[in-house]
Order: sequence, then structure tokens, then C-alpha cells
Amino acid sequence: MTAVRSVAAGMNGQIKMLSIKNLHASVGDREILRGVNLEVPTGQVHAIMGPNGSGKSTLSYVLAGRDGYDITDGSIVFGGEEIVETPAEERAAKGIFLAFQYPLEIPGVATMTFLKAAMNAQRKARGEAELTTPDFMRRVKVAAEKLNVTQEMLRRPLNVGFSGGEKKRNEILQMALLEPKLAILDETDSGLDIDALKTVSDGVNALRAPNRSMLVITHYQRLLDHIVPDVVHVMAAGRIVRSGGPELALELEANGYADYVGAAAA
Amino acid sequence: MPAVQETVDQVRRIDVDQYKYGFVTDIESDRAPKGLSEDIVRYISAKKNEPEWMLEWRLEAYRRWLTMTEPTWARVHYPKIDFDDLYYYSAPKSTKGPKSLDEVDPELLATYEKLGIPLREREILAGVEGASDRRVAVDAVFDSVSVVTTFKEELKKAGVIFCAISEAIREYPDLVRKYLGSVVPTSDNFYATLNSAVFSDGSFVYVPEGVRCPMELSTYFRINERNTGQFERTLIIAEKGAYVSYLEGCTAPMRDENQLHAAVVELVALDDAEIKYSTVQNWYPGDKDGKGGIYNFVTKRGDCRGARSKISWTQVETGSAITWKYPSCILRGDESQGEFYSIAVSNGYQQVDSGTKMIHLGKNTRSRIISKGIAAGRSDNTYRGLVSAHRKASGARNFTNCDSLLIGDQCGAHTVPYIESKNASAVFEHEATTSKIADDQLFYCLQRGLTSEEAVALIVNGFVKDVIQQLPMEFAVEAQKLISISLEGSVG
Repeated sequence: MTAVRSVAAGMNGQIKMLSIKNLHASVGDREILRGVNLEVPTGQVHAIMGPNGSGKSTLSYVLAGRDGYDITDGSIVFGGEEIVETPAEERAAKGIFLAFQYPLEIPGVATMTFLKAAMNAQRKARGEAELTTPDFMRRVKVAAEKLNVTQEMLRRPLNVGFSGGEKKRNEILQMALLEPKLAILDETDSGLDIDALKTVSDGVNALRAPNRSMLVITHYQRLLDHIVPDVVHVMAAGRIVRSGGPELALELEANGYADYVGAAAA
Repeated sequence: MPAVQETVDQVRRIDVDQYKYGFVTDIESDRAPKGLSEDIVRYISAKKNEPEWMLEWRLEAYRRWLTMTEPTWARVHYPKIDFDDLYYYSAPKSTKGPKSLDEVDPELLATYEKLGIPLREREILAGVEGASDRRVAVDAVFDSVSVVTTFKEELKKAGVIFCAISEAIREYPDLVRKYLGSVVPTSDNFYATLNSAVFSDGSFVYVPEGVRCPMELSTYFRINERNTGQFERTLIIAEKGAYVSYLEGCTAPMRDENQLHAAVVELVALDDAEIKYSTVQNWYPGDKDGKGGIYNFVTKRGDCRGARSKISWTQVETGSAITWKYPSCILRGDESQGEFYSIAVSNGYQQVDSGTKMIHLGKNTRSRIISKGIAAGRSDNTYRGLVSAHRKASGARNFTNCDSLLIGDQCGAHTVPYIESKNASAVFEHEATTSKIADDQLFYCLQRGLTSEEAVALIVNGFVKDVIQQLPMEFAVEAQKLISISLEGSVG
């Protein structure tokens, strides 16, 4: 335990949920992440903002363990454990959750069936007993009501024919049920009208907890009016180029990303 | 939901060797000399103690076959078959034909037990006490002969005849003469003609007028012997207002050489009768390099001869090196209905060219085709279907939906629909989609904690759901497992 602690604890003694050091990742011979350094303490919400093509989505995929990226250098320490070599499904069971920008459809598989399969797969991987059906149903009912997810929606095939708002609510529902330690929200605000944005943000805020960290990836500041972060990072050309408090988001909103695009290229 | 879980568990239990029915039964057999000639046809007919008319019927087919050439239009490739290098008849020595269970070679009973097919009525009854509607009568065909048929007596009480076709030829010659070859004539096609000459066994079902068959009927075909062709012949007749649901299952040992299976199935439904015919085909598909496996060249056709009759084909095809089959319906009676529900799974080097023909002849006839093809590995999967309306088939309706799912990037899926309408009032609809288990779909599942095996099983189960629902309950779960096993290892 002490060995784990020493890795998990940062310079200032805070427990780090996530610690990324000098992370380089490529697709083919194109380098997309060029030395990312990022620390997210336990219980904090960090936002990553940046122009299109800066590597924000790639960072979320690399953290979740998607195939197809070559990690050429650096490390990702999650909960005190190096996870660069850990397969995606094991990372999920350890508590990393990614809310997708474009949630995928699975025709013929009821949303309810998918939820149960995912919850039990993670429980099994952690050596826990599978949920009984009544226990599962109860958990779904409680979480679904908070997010305005109807029973009818739960019976429909996963994400098939769902509106943009329904898809995003469904992502947050999965997050609520899977109870991750680290939730990565990739452009969760995209495709949402203002009412849907509020429902989704309320859902996310309700899941803020002292033992849970979040990484909110967004292009626009408006999401951060609803989900107020502890720290805002600016990403450009595959690096974190600046970090600050929530006020940094407002500055970006006012001035745009032009400075960073130019600076990173130089 | 439990079925999905079971599928996943099942997939996980499988080791390197995916085909679990690949064992060989060590049993002495009685074989005809190799090759094909009039003498062999006579030999088979004599072995079966057939009447003279049957021998003549066979010989006529044989002479016709000599003038025919193999069809080459299907999208399948294989070395030319040497029809003189095959055995056309093989029977376990100890069994001369169907008889009581006590007389059946224990080795054979053990074989069927290993395949999970219950033949002892006592045990079946003990197993599902009180659930009389779940019993299944089984006809077990081993190489060229029917070994045993269960529940015969009980079916007889309801007036239903369920026996080996060789027995029917002797016991019910009038029925057989009236209907055999009336749906698939001896001159129909190369393999059907060959079958007519040399078929050795298969099942016969006769459901009299107004009778609803009291249980599911099923035949399990097992090819055991080396270099032996299996030519079974099935004939099912549903008289006016009768109903029967029939299921066939097939397995074979793993052998290095290819084995030929050329069956013919004929169904006849008279006025208001309904026949539901389900197939779970799991012949040995060959090894991972494409060596060995069954050539499954089969002709299946149903004749909706009476008004308002209905024939429904449901097939789950996971086995065979090559599948060439088109279970079809001739919609002769006015307002008759034909249905074809198919799941064809191919993996490794398997080749599938399968589909259906819906021939609308009567007025206001309806047909429905739902085909789901799943291709993985280096396999090729073709749906080939014909929907036609005769001049007099006013008001004919067809709905066709063909979906293909590709797993990986070295397999192929093809859809070849033929639509012919000679009646202006006919309405035919055709929908087709091709999709891939995309990397992002798979990643989505992995990100939620599912393993890649669980993810594929889940996605595939969703894809085939519409068809699985058509199978009799008892076999739906079995079929689901089978599909997952066939796709084992298809995602790297």
C-alpha cells in the first residue's frame, strides 16, 4: 500500500487520480499527442479546452485504451497504477468511463440488456457477484428517473433512433450506473439544445463526489457554465499549453484560440 | 437476457477446438462398394427391401443423372468431385433398420447422447415431467440409415405417422407413391436427381386431416463414415387443416477430406394446413485452414398445394465447408403463404450460397423473406433469392429483407435478388443492408467493460434476433450458442 501511495501522491501531497507524464501518441506516422503532462487530483473536475485538431479527443481515446494508437513515450498512472499496457475493458473495470461524443448504436440489443451486460461484466472483472435482477432494476429505475430516461427508451435498441439529447442522457445514465472513479466527458455538450444541456449537466453535477474525478473535454465555454471546473487546461497541437482557474474559460471564449494555435506551431 | 449470458459463457468455455461434434464413432459398418452404377442403385434398393416400383423410380433417376452436368452458377469454388470415388451406402453393421431402443447398438446410443440428443423416451419423460408440450419426437439417422424413432406409438394414437422413409416405402406405399417427387421431381437438378437415385434414408411425416401434431418432430442426421456421401430424403405431408412443426439437426466428425451431403426435402401442405420446418445445420465446416468439411448441396422445397396453406422455413446455418441450398415455396393455393427466415454464419474458409425461391402462382398469395448473413474470417456469404409472380397470381405480395454483417476485412457478403413479376397487381418489396461490426462499435462495448467475445456475441445476437424468435423455443437458445461458437476467434 505504501508503494502505491508514493506513486499516487503528487508533489504537494494530494492524492492523484490521474497522472499523465510526457505522453506521446501517434496514428501511423502522424504524431497527435506530443508530450502531454496532466495531473487530476481525486475529487476534482478538470476541463480541457482547445481548438479542433488539438488532440483532445485523441487524449480521451488513449486514456480509455482504444486500439490504433501507438504510445511512443510517456506514462499514464491511474489510481497509482501504470495503465499504458492495460486493455480497454480492464481499464473500464478499474473505473475509467468515457462518455462518447458520438454514442454508438447496437441494433436489436435493448438498452436495458446492454446496461446489465456492462454492469455485470465490470463486476465480474472485479471479482464481485453479479447483480440480481431486482437489484439491477431498482438501480436503473432510480438513475433513469433523475435523467428523464423513460422505460420506453430503456426497451428500445441501444441508441438506435435516439435523438442527440437522448443519446447523451443515455451516456450519463451509464456513467451513473457504472460509478466510475474517473469520468471523461468528450464534447458532451455537442448536439444539445439548452434544455437538454441542463438535464445532462445536472446529471453530471449530481455525480460529483470526493472520490471521483472528471475530465471534461469541450470546445466551447458554455458547458462550463453548467459544470463548473476546478481547473481549466488549454490544449493545442498535442500539448497542454496553459492551465488556470475557471476564469481561463471565459478568457478563451472572449479571445478565441488564435494565440494558442500560433504559439504551438512556432 | 439470460440467453445472451449463456452465449457468452458458452463462448468462454470453448477451447482451441471450436467444433465439439468432431468425434468419430468407432463402429463396424456395412458399406456398398465404392462408386456409382446401376448395380449400386440396385444394391441400395435391395438393402432396403424396396418394392419394384421404387427401384424403377431410382433407376430412371440414375439414367437421367448420367445425362446431367453439375451446376456452376453458385458463388462457390471447389475442386471437381469424383463421383466414382465415393461410397453411396453405409450402415452400422449391427442395425438393419429402425427398431426398438433395446436392440440399438449401445455405441450408437452413446453417440447421440454425446451429441445431446435424447433417444430414450423414458429419460426424456423423466427429464421434463409434467411438461408434455415440450417433448420432442426424434428420428435419428446415422450415415445411411435411420437408427431409431422415438414416441412413434404415441404419435400413432393421434394418427400421425413419423418414421424412416425406408419404412414408409414398405408400410405406406400408396402415400409415398402419391407424393414422393411431386414437389422436387427426379429431373429437378443435378444433386436432387443424384439423391433420387441413391437416397438411403430420411424421415417421413404424415399428419392426417384436421390433426395438430401433438409434439415437435425432429430428425438428427449424423455422418460418421469416411468418404461416404449422405443422401437423405425427407417427405412431409400435412393434410387439410393439419399442423406440424419439424426440426432437423446435423453434425459430422472432423475429417481431412470433404464429404458430400446431398439431401432432398419435400413438403406438401393441403388446404388450410401449416408446416413449420426448422433447420439447425452444423455439419463440420473444415479446419481453420479450410481443409475438410461437408459439401452441403441440398434441395428443399415446399408446395402450398391447398388454399390458405402455409409453409415456413427457418434455418440457422453455421456448418459445412460449402452450403448450396435454397429452401423454397411454391404458392399454388389461393391465399397461401410462404416464409423464409434464415441466419447463415460463415467463418474461416466457409462458402455459403443460400437463399430461397418464392413462386407465386395462386391469387392473393403472400411471402416474407428475412435473411441475416454473418461473414467472418475469410469466408464468402451470398444470399441468392428469387421472387416471382405468375400471370394469374393477382394480388401477390412479397416482403424481402436481407441484412449482412461483416466481421473483419477479409470476408465477403453478397446479395443477389431475382425478381420476376408477370402480374401487374403484384407488389414486391426488397430491402437490403450490409454493415460491419465497426471498430468503434466494438470499442464502445469494451469501454463499458465487455470483453471482445462478449461484445461480438451481444452485437450478433442483436443482429439475428428477428430470426431467432421464429425458432421453436427449445432450439432458440441452442441456436444462439451455436452462432457464437461459430464466430469464436473472429475478432482479433
